[in-house]
Amino acid sequence: MRVAVLRFPGSNCEPELFRAVTRAGGEAFFLFHRDTDLAGADAVLLPGGFSYGDYLRSGAIAKFAPIMEAVRRHAHAGGPVLGVCNGFQILCEAGMLPGALMRNTGLKYVSRPVDVRVEHADTPFTCAYADREIIRIPIGHGEGRFVAPDDVLDQLESENRVVVRYIGGSADAPANPNGSSRDIAGICNRARNVVGMMPHPERLADAALGSDAGHRVFASLLQWAAGAGAAPGERSTVHDQRSTVL
Amino acid sequence: MTWRVNVRILPRSGLLDPQGQAVEHALRALDFREAANVHVGKAIALDVDAESREAAEARVRQMCDRLLANPVTEDFEIEIDREQPL
Repeated sequence: MRVAVLRFPGSNCEPELFRAVTRAGGEAFFLFHRDTDLAGADAVLLPGGFSYGDYLRSGAIAKFAPIMEAVRRHAHAGGPVLGVCNGFQILCEAGMLPGALMRNTGLKYVSRPVDVRVEHADTPFTCAYADREIIRIPIGHGEGRFVAPDDVLDQLESENRVVVRYIGGSADAPANPNGSSRDIAGICNRARNVVGMMPHPERLADAALGSDAGHRVFASLLQWAAGAGAAPGERSTVHDQRSTVL
Repeated sequence: MTWRVNVRILPRSGLLDPQGQAVEHALRALDFREAANVHVGKAIALDVDAESREAAEARVRQMCDRLLANPVTEDFEIEIDREQPL
């Protein structure tokens, strides 16, 4: 499986994504923001970092990068797309996922492990987990507070599109690190092929680090591809026509 | 004609604005107790070539919708100060 890892000016998590894909058995390669086609990629990963210096808003300028038109086409055809951290912010800015990521409630950049529950194991990036499995993976962001209008949040819940959620914690030390609405750490689009999450599974995908809790995000992709055996466009019967307007 | 345009962008009211809250607390700590409803946003200034004030405003509105403001989290106001001398 060929997996494109995008690079924007200011991205900084793309080597980890590359390695995580490789470790899971995929064939990773980099694409630059100025590229205009996906070079035959079966899946696309948008890395964390600070694309375009986070100028204006996180992801606001990256959404107009030349490569994004190809990513949009790939997603509309049902191809898997994962955005991690800044990648999630870009997908929201691009209208490929609903909502937006705002400044953390505590105003601080938060870098630490968090416990999240994989709510739904039916996406290309979670299918190697069990439904409602709890994993501990790192976050590192200053703008991770997911917000959306109440009706959109209700829709995300009713359509089982909250893919990862912060859990645990206590009154003194809440699990939710950023004030995110309904403890949302990651969501997917209606067709479930586009996933965005603030935590960084690629940063904890090797047992040499003491845990490889994030590894199965990438193993999921390979498993999903093997199980389907279908071209990206054939897999999804319901294309997310609304993804550009949400 | 060239128009000097100021776009003021603020977090949508009703959404938590932790920056505004922090600034408000700081103002109160400095004894500016009359300060309330503090919000922190951003200002963008630009020159726009357009036939008329209305045309300039229409274009800047499009700029805001597409790039300058986030439709989920921000509101914006457009102010067209004056026509710049050529």
